[in-house]
Amino acid sequence: MPLASPITDIEQLKDNPALARLLAWNSAAVEGVKFDREELSIYIARSYIREACAVLRDASPCPFNVFCDVTCVDWYPSEPRFEVIYHLLSIAGKERVRLKVRLGDDSPALESVTSVWPAANFFEREVFDLFGIRFTGHPYLRRIQMPDDWEGHPLRKDYPVEGYR
Amino acid sequence: MILNMGPQHPSTHGVLRLLLEIDGETVVRVMPDIGYLHTGIEKTCEAKFYQQVVPLTDRIDYLCPMTNNLCYALAVERLLGLEIPPRAQWLRVMLNELTRINSHLVWLGTHALDIGAMTVFLYCFREREDILRLFEMVSGQRMMTSYFRVGGIALEPPLGFFERVKHFADRFPARIDEYENLLTSNPIWTMRTKGVATITAEDAIALGASGPTLRGSGVDWDLRRDMPYSSYDKFQFKVPVAKEGDVFARYICRVQELRESIGIVQQALAGMPEGPIKADAPKVVLPDREKMKTQMEALIYHFKIVTEGFAVPAGEVYQAVESPRGEMGYYVVSDGTAKPYRVHMRSACLANLQLLPKMCEGRLIADVVAAIGSIDIVLGEIDR
Repeated sequence: MPLASPITDIEQLKDNPALARLLAWNSAAVEGVKFDREELSIYIARSYIREACAVLRDASPCPFNVFCDVTCVDWYPSEPRFEVIYHLLSIAGKERVRLKVRLGDDSPALESVTSVWPAANFFEREVFDLFGIRFTGHPYLRRIQMPDDWEGHPLRKDYPVEGYR
Repeated sequence: MILNMGPQHPSTHGVLRLLLEIDGETVVRVMPDIGYLHTGIEKTCEAKFYQQVVPLTDRIDYLCPMTNNLCYALAVERLLGLEIPPRAQWLRVMLNELTRINSHLVWLGTHALDIGAMTVFLYCFREREDILRLFEMVSGQRMMTSYFRVGGIALEPPLGFFERVKHFADRFPARIDEYENLLTSNPIWTMRTKGVATITAEDAIALGASGPTLRGSGVDWDLRRDMPYSSYDKFQFKVPVAKEGDVFARYICRVQELRESIGIVQQALAGMPEGPIKADAPKVVLPDREKMKTQMEALIYHFKIVTEGFAVPAGEVYQAVESPRGEMGYYVVSDGTAKPYRVHMRSACLANLQLLPKMCEGRLIADVVAAIGSIDIVLGEIDR
């Protein structure tokens, strides 16, 4: 199966349940979309992420009620440097959607979604630990994998694979 | 009083540390502390070629290496746009279900051992040994198999392999009856598990549970059936669900899954298609040894794949499979080079572990042990 080129036009994708719901709620929150390899990514403006998650969780008839994952990709040295990536799943609609938030290098922070899904707790702590992204409103934002006195954030691209010696 | 449980406690299934705030024998608060097995596999992946990541995926979850192999291979194959031949897909399904049985047997044995039923452990490890021998026969390794590769599987199974699997699959349902005879209606077992560590469906979903932990709370969701991959849609199987949400419900779900899995193995054996086991993609899949001796191109491709890897078109994929513990997801980002830009493993256990405080608070310390066993965690996968 040859690869199709990604679709980035909002007009072509607006029938998708997740995107339709977000556009109906607040089109200013949607910064862009990408449909590639049968997966939809929606770029969300940083200040709207928690509300966008809450809207998608309660959307009908296809509520994205399951929080699968949050992680981050470091695009160092390009700017904006970080992409925080959320994977949501709808059990009723058998759909997945990926939300992305772009963050700059200077003290990257965004709102925690733990108030929407308690499941995000450990995952956000892991992103904080390994990438140094702060989640405001997180109940217990401490390192989870690395020791508490560790310096640096290992999964950043400017952190050497062998570690500092 | 604060009680420290672990990280070297035998019932924590690895190196999990729990901080228990207790009032007499009653648990008031539970705080899991993880990270003791953190090996930085996600970071290491970024420094390897795509094909070199496969052995790392084995080591994330040492009880279901093939599930991790499969999930990673599927993710990279979707990035590449590769079509996998039916025989390879069916072999993958068959071995995946054997892996599920293997993992559930270790879970059942150790879980029963935690609660005090020692015989089950010996029975389970007897059958597990049979499965590990099958794995050794097919891949050369008992545990870290690395048998599924990007573009197919490593080798054609040896002569006599399918007969051995058939022999095992025919005997196994009677063995499940043996385990059930020992446990299901055993009054001590039911007293220790029924009504213990209950979790509702709403809580389970909100806390991110998946797999048998979620189905034990009455949510009918299985990725193999609901979002099929690797031709799981061609197999008939039931998804066991139990409503109670307690330790016993999760036990029943997993034991029923053993029966369903062996049914899938039988179907795979009966309908195994003939044909190639590797995709037709010479730039990605290593050529046959015979071809390398006779064809110049094959030798060149082999040299190039081994020395420079293969480039993967830029993009990103999130591939999830139903591992024995729940939704195992691989998020692979490619920047167009021969090394993955980012590999992230969505661990089912990490999410399932978040249920533990909810399950244990207000109950006795002894129930904590039963609850940990019932969510079936593997710390290697949690910490990665």
